[in-house]
Amino acid sequence: MTLNRRQFLGYLGGSVALAGLPVWRGARAASAKVVVVGGGFGGATCAKYLRRYDPDVDITLVEPSPHYVTCPGSNWVLGGLRRMADITHDYARLEALGIKIVAARVTGIDAEQRRIDLHNGDKLPYDRLVVAPGIDFKWDSIEGYHEQAAEVFPHAYKAGPQTLLLREQLEAMADGGTVIISVPGDPIRCPPGPYERASMIAHYLKANKPKSKLLILDAKDKFSKQGLFQAGWEARYPGMIEWVPGTQGGKVDRVEVDTGKVYTQEGLESYRGDVVNIICPHHAGELAHRANLTDDSGWCPIDQMTFESTLLPGIHVIGDACSAGAMPKSGHSANNHAKMCAAAIIALLNEQTVPIPSHVNTCYSLVAPDYGISVATVYHLKDGNIQAVEGSGGVSPADADANFRQREAVYAQGWYASIVADSFS
Amino acid sequence: MRLTLPFCSAGFAMLMISFPGLAQETGEILRGQILASTCFTCHGTDGISPGAIPSIAGIPADSLRRTLQEFRDGRRPSTVMGRHASGYNDEEIASIADYLSRVTKEAP
Repeated sequence: MTLNRRQFLGYLGGSVALAGLPVWRGARAASAKVVVVGGGFGGATCAKYLRRYDPDVDITLVEPSPHYVTCPGSNWVLGGLRRMADITHDYARLEALGIKIVAARVTGIDAEQRRIDLHNGDKLPYDRLVVAPGIDFKWDSIEGYHEQAAEVFPHAYKAGPQTLLLREQLEAMADGGTVIISVPGDPIRCPPGPYERASMIAHYLKANKPKSKLLILDAKDKFSKQGLFQAGWEARYPGMIEWVPGTQGGKVDRVEVDTGKVYTQEGLESYRGDVVNIICPHHAGELAHRANLTDDSGWCPIDQMTFESTLLPGIHVIGDACSAGAMPKSGHSANNHAKMCAAAIIALLNEQTVPIPSHVNTCYSLVAPDYGISVATVYHLKDGNIQAVEGSGGVSPADADANFRQREAVYAQGWYASIVADSFS
Repeated sequence: MRLTLPFCSAGFAMLMISFPGLAQETGEILRGQILASTCFTCHGTDGISPGAIPSIAGIPADSLRRTLQEFRDGRRPSTVMGRHASGYNDEEIASIADYLSRVTKEAP
């Protein structure tokens, strides 16, 4: 309400105090409006935990799509372990918690007036805004790779139709074909994702097209859970997966969708794939760029305690789009950002001390349906930055037995059930 | 009826209201609540798991505290819990255990 906003004097709740900007008094949570933009793991969890931390605050979740298809689990669809319906979720249970769901696209953010514009002409006022736009692709970063090219060489790194397209291409491929996965440099969403993908595709090929090969062309020289993945590939898919690191010509510079070719080494070397998956380099979701929430890195700088933008006060950025210290970009991280951000917002609105945040990231990957591996880390705020707690975390032991791997495969699926329930219901 | 709670929005509302001494009474969000919320990603909201990962709600505080310390110190075998528990000191473990012990005890 405009009238309410005029009453707010003398207090700037956030961490950014810039001379000359209107001074914002924290609205009491009971009458305050919090708008959350983006219905992925970050946005959905934030809306839910705002409600849990305050039964009265007015919460609106703005998301154009009635469904969210999770990236976690999408590799399992590629491997034939899950169907799309299993990884597709709606917002009905959040709505039942008293969260308004608005199916609209955001066309503008007015940080000064604290208002967002929607594509249908509506305007939504807010006291605090949470932006969780995920990622968008840097289409210009690989020559020849753009939105239309992705209909031939899918990225499948936003789950949905692209996941299905890649799955259909794998199903249509003849036995003895070559699958190429191109992996960009860091930072990327879900660092182990490309390698779980390779595992799940190999699982499908082994059972259905055993003469086929899988080639990973990687811009990097090392990757998350590398030793565990490579040992798993050797055990389960011997000779099927080849990994080419960046310094050995793994970085893809150019693609040619008509010939099925990708080029590395500045065009000196080429590879032809029957199915080509280009995980295109990416940055914060487009809305973040349009709203001037990003810096030169392409991601959004934030106060590491409250997730409030260091560029625009009153706007918090969570999930893959933000630079959250040492935390990797993952659904699990986004879920944790969301909880800390929700607690900070409620405290700020009620003029209370912001609770000290604490985060965890846990990432399970399936090497095979009965072969799981994991990495976990606990994070805390140290010297103003989100850092790993020294001595915490690590990867699954290299010498674990089959029973251990099998239990982690079961827990991988348990993790999925839990995080989806914790975020969307 | 613990198992039905994560699927029942009314259940959430009742849980929130029924925490004596927690956020809704003092108006402050407590340390234990913040720390425990990071457990919920794997163990389910309020520690009530919908899947294969064990539920952790309503375990007596002493028992949960001891278990977490044993995970941390390597005295109790685990797949991933040792790697998690090593991120917390005794005080943090105690506030997590205290919070989780009260979730179902106070729930309807």
